[in-house]
Amino acid sequence: MRLYTAVVASSFRRYATYRAATAAGVFTNTVFGFIVAYTYIALWDQRPHLGGYDLAQAMTFVWLGQALLAASALMGGGFQEEFQERIRSGDVAVDLYRPVDLQLWWLAGDVGRAIFQLLGRGIVPMIFGALVFDLALPASPLTWLCFLLAVALGILVSFALRYLVALTAFWLLDGAGANMISVVLSLFFSGMILPLNVFPGALGETANALPWAAILQVPADVLLGEHQGAGLVGAFAFQVGWAIALLAAGRLLQSAATRKVVVQGG
Amino acid sequence: MAANDAAFIELDAVEKVFTVRRRAGWMRRERHEVRAVDGISFQVPRGEVVGYIGPNGAGKSTTIKMLTGILVPSGGRLRVAGIDPSKERTRLARRMGVVFGQRTTLWWDLPLRDSYALVRRMYRIPDDRYRHNLERCVELLDLAELLEVPVRQLSLGQRMRGDIAAALLHDPDVLYLDEPTIGLDVISKVKVREFLREVNTEQNTTVLLTTHDLTDIEQLCQRVMVIDHGRVMYDGSLAGLHAVGESERTLVVDLERELPPIEGVPGARTVRVDGARQWLAFPAAASAAPIVAAVAAAYPLVDLSVREPDIEDVIAKMYAERSG
Repeated sequence: MRLYTAVVASSFRRYATYRAATAAGVFTNTVFGFIVAYTYIALWDQRPHLGGYDLAQAMTFVWLGQALLAASALMGGGFQEEFQERIRSGDVAVDLYRPVDLQLWWLAGDVGRAIFQLLGRGIVPMIFGALVFDLALPASPLTWLCFLLAVALGILVSFALRYLVALTAFWLLDGAGANMISVVLSLFFSGMILPLNVFPGALGETANALPWAAILQVPADVLLGEHQGAGLVGAFAFQVGWAIALLAAGRLLQSAATRKVVVQGG
Repeated sequence: MAANDAAFIELDAVEKVFTVRRRAGWMRRERHEVRAVDGISFQVPRGEVVGYIGPNGAGKSTTIKMLTGILVPSGGRLRVAGIDPSKERTRLARRMGVVFGQRTTLWWDLPLRDSYALVRRMYRIPDDRYRHNLERCVELLDLAELLEVPVRQLSLGQRMRGDIAAALLHDPDVLYLDEPTIGLDVISKVKVREFLREVNTEQNTTVLLTTHDLTDIEQLCQRVMVIDHGRVMYDGSLAGLHAVGESERTLVVDLERELPPIEGVPGARTVRVDGARQWLAFPAAASAAPIVAAVAAAYPLVDLSVREPDIEDVIAKMYAERSG
């Protein structure tokens, strides 16, 4: 366990090294936050209470999306490209002769990255948003705590999904195609483009049942107080369920991948 | 353990066959078998340093990958410290160190020290052991100035020294080195060799190294194995390899002026003349001293140097012998 804690810490430090990149990211998130916020304002002006959100809730959703974009890797990234490159170049052989668990190893690295990006790229855009717009932020510390738990579970689901995508490189060698599909699905089905409760009927229900909902929609609804009591427990169970299922799928695919390398050569 | 020590690494008719699919016309693929390792058998006792050499594509890296457990042999029996590597990769991983010259085990964005801290956790190295080993590596590999530098800023030679240290912090019983001195400058090479020699003497670490550098073999290895086309072509001492390959050293002499080819030196023949410079070939096992003396006695000598045979030449000659 101490190994994985050490990996989390060193991954955090790795990302903290690139200060200019972090500053540029904060700037981009803030600019996009403004663009999306004004788009939403136009939309909610035409259709007040769209998806059950009032304008303040919609604005909160926008800035939360920007704050979590990097941390929850909604546009991919993090360990994904690095892992794929190691598979392509054969450097993954180095990872295989280490006495470590491959999935836990990369998870630990991704957790370190997410913690850094939550602090480094999440807080500042959120403050900008709160200064300029009227946000519906909760007063109760308990809600904030629940929100942080939901974010953590969302990052876990995001990791599990991206781990599956990254592993396809064992077969496809080039991960670019899989990554692109993954980003499109993630942006839409997480609620990053529009909150999922805006979509009517079967589309909305399907979108809310898919794992990407656990990454942004669920944490946002927890923050906005949409889930209370049993509903809150249900939301966490939804996230935990997807995390377990996808991590297990990752393990299966991983053992198939290593067997392939081990039997056929890299 | 005693039984293990005589055959710490043990290969018995080990094979590795890859299936490669090749294009054979429009939409058709032909399956094609490549025998990367074709029935290799040898034993390495504990504490021996073995040079594992051969041309590119000979099967050296495939053998090392099987020894580390990354590849499963297609046939034969393979044991390291009594363990079947591919079955118990993680258990064996704690007892071995690996350095691939072309790849790094270090973390690109992190200072060397942080990479070592991760290695320490990974192998659960006890604190005092870790401190002692790190200190020794820092001293012998001259890493003191580099510990706080991110790996991406290190030169190739510095990174290589860093990698070798990373592979030895957990006191492995066996060390695999794939081209450990490739691309290094002379000073780095000397340091790396001195360090490896010391580790081998002190810890009785078994070392298997592949290299293209004959000096690595000369200075480190008690034994040489030549591999080609997945088979062991030679297994013995370096001197024996020279004898088998009839390899020759070259004495380069600069005379005072242009002269006809040097004659009458026993045991040597003139192979090239270029102005005042002449090249004399003589058997690698013979001493250069009498030849130098003979030349100096009869010719106006200005300068001289001795060139060692190239490992590729030795092997090439060995093949020519066999097929000829």
